[in-house]
Amino acid sequence: MNAARIGTGGEVGIVPTGVANLEAVRSAFRRLGRTPRVLNSAADIECAEYVVLPGVGSFADGMAELRRRGWEDALRRRVESLRPTLGICLGLQLLCDASDEAPGIPGLGCVSGRAVRLNGAGRVPQLGWNGIAAPTAAVFLRPGIVYFANSYRLEEVPAGWTGATGRHGTRFVAGFERGGVLACQFHPELSGRIGAALLNRWLEGAPAEASGAMMDRARMAAAC
Amino acid sequence: MLNVRVIPCLDVKDGRVVKGIRFANLADQGDPAALARRYERQGADEIVILDVSATADGRLARFETIGRVRDEISIPLTVGGGVRTVEDGGALLQAGADRVSVNTAAVEQPELLAGLSSRFGAQCAVLALDAARAPSNGFPSGFEVLTHSGRNRTGLDAAEWARSATEMGAGEILLTSFDRDGTRSGYDLALIGAIREAVSVPIVASGGGAHPGHMRAAVDAGADAVLAASIFHQGDWSIGRLKDRLQQLGVAVRR
Repeated sequence: MNAARIGTGGEVGIVPTGVANLEAVRSAFRRLGRTPRVLNSAADIECAEYVVLPGVGSFADGMAELRRRGWEDALRRRVESLRPTLGICLGLQLLCDASDEAPGIPGLGCVSGRAVRLNGAGRVPQLGWNGIAAPTAAVFLRPGIVYFANSYRLEEVPAGWTGATGRHGTRFVAGFERGGVLACQFHPELSGRIGAALLNRWLEGAPAEASGAMMDRARMAAAC
Repeated sequence: MLNVRVIPCLDVKDGRVVKGIRFANLADQGDPAALARRYERQGADEIVILDVSATADGRLARFETIGRVRDEISIPLTVGGGVRTVEDGGALLQAGADRVSVNTAAVEQPELLAGLSSRFGAQCAVLALDAARAPSNGFPSGFEVLTHSGRNRTGLDAAEWARSATEMGAGEILLTSFDRDGTRSGYDLALIGAIREAVSVPIVASGGGAHPGHMRAAVDAGADAVLAASIFHQGDWSIGRLKDRLQQLGVAVRR
């Protein structure tokens, strides 16, 4: 398992979307022995070994902030080359093409799909702890009870990604992963021991997964 | 399926957890960070901190307390106390909150809920609604909204206010019965029923819950989560034992 240790000690950078519970995310990584840093430039996003895209806010405000800062391309490149990148809640939806929450505003478009409003029998927003099912092929995601706070959902796991699902009145995508990229509709930073274990699996395993995928080491070295 | 949340509430004053009866006669219950840590270990699903003197003192909930609790827990933290602007809400998130609750200021300027909701999402905008049985006619639901920690009667009908607040963007209602607060006589089920009929967002039942039977009744009346304070602070129930009992009563809880 030497490969899994590649990432140990690597810097955890958090993208300030302007609409996130940053401190909760930071404290979750501090409990795992990391010293997370709030990123400040596109170059930071390019260079940090791990990047977290958190968010509790609205799709429009989150995208507006990424665009204002000129960070869209740096994020897209990370996700497209499957480098260790974690999207949380709104962060998952920002990776998609669009959201019904903000018609006409494009997302990062790293994965195909459009977030739609939760509907059906469950209360909206979905607030609280819900069970998820994950396929055994997933490296990071596992079945368990995790914390959600969302009004929008992705209906289908994006093609080419391994996904977990849950039910809240209707079926929804709870998370998906590929290479070093992990996206969670739930909040691992608020999901107690299960969430901490997931973050730890991502920290330990993402670099190996990313290099096993198709990381462009030469371009990355040039940028940093 | 979503589990029913069991939420210990930390009423905080001058950096200490306090608890009284009908919002008065507050007695010291301990250190907020130590209590929050203990409750998470016992199986709490969320922690609520209400800075009960913030509005009266004309300030925001203390960041230091929020930060200390945040460092201790890896479950959601909802914070209320003195929020008057969207920027105040952002400051609480920055201090370590995940969700922000507003009470008095939302009554005085309802557009605050719309602002919080459009910026941080509905799930982040919690309406803390304190209600008392109405003393006279003119309240269709039979309940009146109180502000300023129960000291001011507003003349607003509780169900009508709940409806307009959720239309503006409130994503949850933290519903406290002033009459039952600290009395251990059970949640006000008529109040929960009246608000449930008015809104479709989650409701957190608060005020008077003292044992699992009360909580089961609150869920049956329409609550999605149950909040309690003194029974946990004073050790009558650990959250683990309470959840065992709730499960036996047929309530879905996270174990």
